[in-house]
Amino acid sequence: MMKRLLSTLALAGACGLAAVGAQAQTKPAKLDQIKAKGFVQCGVSQGLPGFSTPDDKGNWTGLDVDFCRAVAAAVFGDATKVKFTPLSAKDRFTALQSGDIDVLSRNTTWTISRDTSLGLNFTGVTYYDGQGFMIRKDKKVTSAMELSGASVCTQTGTTTEQNLADFFRANNMTYEVIAFATNDEVVKAYDAGRCDVLTTDRSGLAGERLKLTNPDDHIVLPEIISKEPLGPVVAHGDDQWFDIVKWVLFAQLTAEELGVNSKNVDEQLKSSANPEVKRLLGTEGKFGEGMGIGNDWGYQIVKTVGNYGEMYDRNVGPDTPLKLARGVNALWNKGGLQYAPPIR
Amino acid sequence: MSDLVEPAIGRSKTSFINDPKVRSIGLQLIALVLVVFLGWMFVDNARQNLAAQKIATGFGFLDNTAGFGISQTLVPYSETSTYGRAFLVGLLNTLLVAVVGIFFATIIGFFVGIGRLSKNFVVRLLSTIYVEVIRNLPPLFQILFWYLAVLSAMPSPRQSINLLGEVFISNRGIIVPRPVFEAGTGYVLWSFGAALLVVIVLHYWSRERRAETGRGLPMLPIGLGLMIVVPFIAMALTGFPISLERPELKGFNFVGGVRVIPEFVALTVALATYTGAFIAENVRAGIQSVSHGQTEAAHSLGLRNGHTLRLVVIPQAMRVIIPPLTSQYLNLTKNSSLAVGIGYPDLVAVFAGTTLNQTGQAIEIIAITMGVYLVLSIITSVIMNVYNKRVALVER
Repeated sequence: MMKRLLSTLALAGACGLAAVGAQAQTKPAKLDQIKAKGFVQCGVSQGLPGFSTPDDKGNWTGLDVDFCRAVAAAVFGDATKVKFTPLSAKDRFTALQSGDIDVLSRNTTWTISRDTSLGLNFTGVTYYDGQGFMIRKDKKVTSAMELSGASVCTQTGTTTEQNLADFFRANNMTYEVIAFATNDEVVKAYDAGRCDVLTTDRSGLAGERLKLTNPDDHIVLPEIISKEPLGPVVAHGDDQWFDIVKWVLFAQLTAEELGVNSKNVDEQLKSSANPEVKRLLGTEGKFGEGMGIGNDWGYQIVKTVGNYGEMYDRNVGPDTPLKLARGVNALWNKGGLQYAPPIR
Repeated sequence: MSDLVEPAIGRSKTSFINDPKVRSIGLQLIALVLVVFLGWMFVDNARQNLAAQKIATGFGFLDNTAGFGISQTLVPYSETSTYGRAFLVGLLNTLLVAVVGIFFATIIGFFVGIGRLSKNFVVRLLSTIYVEVIRNLPPLFQILFWYLAVLSAMPSPRQSINLLGEVFISNRGIIVPRPVFEAGTGYVLWSFGAALLVVIVLHYWSRERRAETGRGLPMLPIGLGLMIVVPFIAMALTGFPISLERPELKGFNFVGGVRVIPEFVALTVALATYTGAFIAENVRAGIQSVSHGQTEAAHSLGLRNGHTLRLVVIPQAMRVIIPPLTSQYLNLTKNSSLAVGIGYPDLVAVFAGTTLNQTGQAIEIIAITMGVYLVLSIITSVIMNVYNKRVALVER
């Protein structure tokens, strides 16, 4: 609450005072601001296994967190030059609008209203997701169509809340929604038996199930009731910064497509004759310069964070506790949806 | 007095600029213009910058469809209602907690405050422990305790605790039968109103008679009797039009009946006990401010302890109790915004939470929300100040 109030005040203050005297033209470019302060400020989730969780030493891990590191690697050639701001779902956009954070990488669903009336730009999709339901096994429910009358716990300020209302309305079923401000409160209330069902994105369910007292007593129902393309977000008004964040993800996807990863990138840099690899790693063309960053931006991303596949497998893949198969998140030429425009 | 002073100032001798009256008005005017100008500049710049970032502005969003559900609604609301309607639902939920919380906090406060001064050691000790423990723990922590700790201990709807065969307590809340009104209910309500009127008239008549003759009517049994017997006769004549709809377990949950959600119970209990501890201290301070001589005087007139407290001590203590009591009422109302921690759909959760997030209009929504709390607080203050004037010691 305090944080939200501060953010709002900052937003009001920034909007109200920025243009006192001279007009808004004097505002320096986002990239120059970031270079001047020496790090990228990145908004992440307060704790969602696989996407962004701090360990007991305060080190953040996860897919969303790694993407922030890739942005830092592209800008500074150093993946550690990033600071994380943990944000609740309902505080995230205000923080971005007010300029508290430079990029929001917090399992955020791309929707038209967020893209337009909130003054934001989605830069791509780091994870294609869909909303699902988790329920106790002993309720003996096998389909979401049997959920009429159920109490549902969810997080406030999410697309989940609206999808839930749509789903129950479309199927003529009644429900009771109890919306909490943070993920942890949702999980605690569900664990205490306040509600029959917990709903959020299916990747989130996989992560939050691990926080329950007995994860094996719960199942995720098969229905996927919505499209949830999750991606990084930047604020309107700075096309250069929008381009950089957008192309960081494309570089990671291109690297995976070309078979360049963090282990072989040095060798590829020296010996690869493939012009596509050369353009990605910056030995041919001056694509970095065009964005105002180093020409070796692609090399730095792959070297320090890895390509998209590595990032996926490390955080949410089948060998992690989340055990999420690539599915629709595979590359386009492997039956998935992940597709990057060419670097040329 | 003024006749003597006026010639000394001598309006004609001081120049216009040195006239203290003109000066103070002039300075205040300048300050006012500055404040208004700064405010206007702030609003104007905010609007320009929001437009530059293409963030939607204005209050038009209040007419858009909300599209989300709310677990407790005192007025009809559905997912197809507008954000304006959601605002009303949130506001009423906040008011409900505030009013019920204030009611119970006052009762708890008065009993514990008097208990702190009791001659009985056990009562005094228990009251002291209550005040010291509750007052020194953060309210959010207490709300979470009442919510999570107590909720976890509650059974699921299928194994719910059953009171009198009608009331069910489970981790879904407290479910009581809902009264169903059929044709003829009007007569019953009218008869109840009539009985109430008769009781009020009787009460005043009895009071006058007691003042004159020293003998009043036993009002409690007469009043209760009238209020129960008359509506009962009306019900019998109209064929019992009011029946109870009993909650039934169907699927996941109870269907029918009235359900008090656990979020409401936890929030109200936590706020009432927390604020009650502070009110208890106000009450104790108020009572101790009445000099002991008053009690002795009352005793020597032959008043019993209860009468002494009720007729002599508390009326005098009230003028010390009321001003800090107002602050406690305001605190309780404002603390109700901690509801967001346990998912109770109050104004902050529904409007400054979900609605803000969906529309992204932070400045407008936070301004409205702050305005609402301000208005609520001012209304409470005004009511309490009027009451304070009435109980204040009239000095001549």
